[in-house]
Amino acid sequence: MTGETMTATAAAEAAMDTPARIRRERVRLLLRNLPFLVGSLLLIFWIVMAIAGPWIVPYGADDTDLLNTLTPPSPDHWFGTDQFGRDVFSRVIMGSRDILIVAPLATLLGTVVGTVLGLVTGYAKGLTDDVVSRIVDAFLALPLLILAMLVITALGISNTTVIIVIGLSFGLIVGRTVRAAVLGERDLDYVAAAHLRGEKPIYILFVEILPNVMPPIMVETTVRLGYAIFTVASLSFLGLGIQPPSPDWGLSISQNYGLIGGGYWWTVLFYALSIGSLVVGVNLAAEGAQAVLDA
Amino acid sequence: MGFYRALLYRLALAVVTLFLLSIIVFAGCQVLPGDVGRAILGPFADARAVAQLNHQLGIDRPLLVQYWSWITGMVQGNMGLSYTYRAPVAPFIGHALLNSLKLAAIAFILVVPAGIFGGIVAALRAGSWVDRSIVIAGLSATVVPEFVSGIVLIMVFSIWLHVFPLTGTAPRHAGVLEQIYYLLMPALPLFMILFGYIARMARAGMIEALTSDYTRTAVLKGLSRRQVIGRHVLRNALLPTITVIATQCGYLIGGLVVVETLFNYHGIGSLIFAAAKAKDFPMLAAGILVIGTVYVGANLIADLLYSALNPRISFGGRR
Repeated sequence: MTGETMTATAAAEAAMDTPARIRRERVRLLLRNLPFLVGSLLLIFWIVMAIAGPWIVPYGADDTDLLNTLTPPSPDHWFGTDQFGRDVFSRVIMGSRDILIVAPLATLLGTVVGTVLGLVTGYAKGLTDDVVSRIVDAFLALPLLILAMLVITALGISNTTVIIVIGLSFGLIVGRTVRAAVLGERDLDYVAAAHLRGEKPIYILFVEILPNVMPPIMVETTVRLGYAIFTVASLSFLGLGIQPPSPDWGLSISQNYGLIGGGYWWTVLFYALSIGSLVVGVNLAAEGAQAVLDA
Repeated sequence: MGFYRALLYRLALAVVTLFLLSIIVFAGCQVLPGDVGRAILGPFADARAVAQLNHQLGIDRPLLVQYWSWITGMVQGNMGLSYTYRAPVAPFIGHALLNSLKLAAIAFILVVPAGIFGGIVAALRAGSWVDRSIVIAGLSATVVPEFVSGIVLIMVFSIWLHVFPLTGTAPRHAGVLEQIYYLLMPALPLFMILFGYIARMARAGMIEALTSDYTRTAVLKGLSRRQVIGRHVLRNALLPTITVIATQCGYLIGGLVVVETLFNYHGIGSLIFAAAKAKDFPMLAAGILVIGTVYVGANLIADLLYSALNPRISFGGRR
C-alpha cells in the first residue's frame, strides 16, 4: 500500500521536475526496493569474490592433496575437499571468475548487436524489416541451448565461441525489443525535425532516437545478463562451455555429481548454491530496476 | 472466409520459418564443421581414407545437391543414416520424442494448473505479502538452471529421504503408474522453470481483467464476487496465459537436454546431446529440425487458440 502511494507521488513529482531530479528520485526509489537491494548485494558479493578471490582463498584452486581426498567440511576445509583433495571453498570462490567474464561479455555483445539491428530494422521498415524479421523468427524457433550446442559442436568448444553464439542470439532478441521501441519513436516530431534539418539517417538513429530508447535497452540488458549466466552455466555443465582446469561452478558440478550417490554432497552442493545465488541476485536486481523504471 | 485466409497466411509464415530453419540446421551440420570425414576420423587419419569416407557419406557433392537430398528425405520421413549407429535415424528420433513427450506431459499437467492457481491467488491479493512471496518465489525458481535445482532435488529426495529414484528411466515393462513415479523427479526442475512464467502471466492477465470496465459493470450489476470472477474475469485473464504456455514449449525442450542428461533419461534432448558429442551430424540435424518443427507448430496452435477463444480478435477481419 505505502509502495503504491509512494510511486504515485513520485510520478506526480517526476512529471513536473527536471531530468536530474527524476534521476535522483529513481535512485531513492531503487534504494528502497527490497528485491533490488538484495539482488545487488548478491551480485556485488560475487563480483568482489571474483576480483579479490586470490587474496581470500586459503588454498590454490588446483592444489591437490591426495592424502586428504573427499574429506567432509571441517575447520581446515570449510566446504570439504573433492576427489583430488582440492579445497572446495577455494574452488567455489575462484569458480566465480570465468562465468563473470564470459556471461557479461556475451550480454554486452548482444546489447550492441541488438541495438544496431533494432535501430536499423525499426527505422527502415519495409522489405529490410520483413526479411530480417523472418530470419530472426527462424533462429528463435530453436531454444538457445540447442542453437548454442549446434554452433559449438560445429565450430569447436572455446569461451570465444560461447560468447559469440550467446551474444548473437541475444542480439536477435534485444533487436526485437529495440525495434518495437524505435517504431514508437520514428514518427514523432523531433525525428521529422531532424529530417527537415537535413541530418543523415545514421545521425538520426544514433544521436536523436537512441537516447530515447535507452531505458528499455537497459532493462533488457539486465534481464539478458541473468539468461547469459543461466546459459553459460548450463553449457559448462554439459561440457560445452568453460573447460577444465577452470574451477567453474557448472563444470565442477558435472565433474562431481556422480559422487553424490556416495554421500559426498559437499562436492556439489556449494557450487549449486553459488550458481543459484548469482542468478537469483541478478534477476532480483533486474526485477527491482524494472519496477522502478515503470513507476 | 477471413478465418481460412488468415489460417493459410499463418501456415505460409510457419513454412517460411521452417525453410529458413532447415537452412540454419543444414549450415550448422554440414557447412560449419568443414571436413566431416576429418572430424570423424581424427587428425591422424590417412587423407585417402578421409576422402573415401566423405564420398561414402555424400559430402563431396555440391552443397545445393546435398541440401536438396537431405530436405526431401526429411519431408518424406527418411532422415538419413546415423554415423554412430550405422542405422536409420528416424526410429531413434521417434522413440526419443515419445519419451520426451511423456516427461513434458507430466511437467505440463502439474505446472499449468499450479501456475494458473498461483497467479490467480497472487492477483486476488495483489500487493499483499502472499502476492509478493508468490512473485519472488516464482521468479527465483524460474531463473535457476534446471541442473542446479535438479541436483538439489536429487540430494534431498533421492539420497537423504530415499523417496524417489535417481534416474528417470523406469525398469523395462514398467506399468504406467511406475513410469509416472520415475518421471516425477525429472519433471520437477521443469515445473520450477515454468511455474514462474505461467503464474506471472496469469497474475498480469487477472489484474488487467479485474480493473477493466466490464468487471466494474458486472459488479455494479449486482453479481456476486464468485460470479464476477468465474464468468467475466477468468475467461479474459487466462487468454494471454495460453500463449505463454505454448511459447514455453520451445524453452522446455531446451531444458530437456539438461534434465534428461542429469536423470539419465532417453529423450530427444539427451539424444541430440549425445549426437553433438559424437559429431553424429545426421542425427543432430534431424533432432534439431524436429525440435524446431514442434516449436513452430506449438506457436501456430497457440495463435489459433488465442484467436478462437478471444471474442475481440476475429482473426483477419470478420468471421
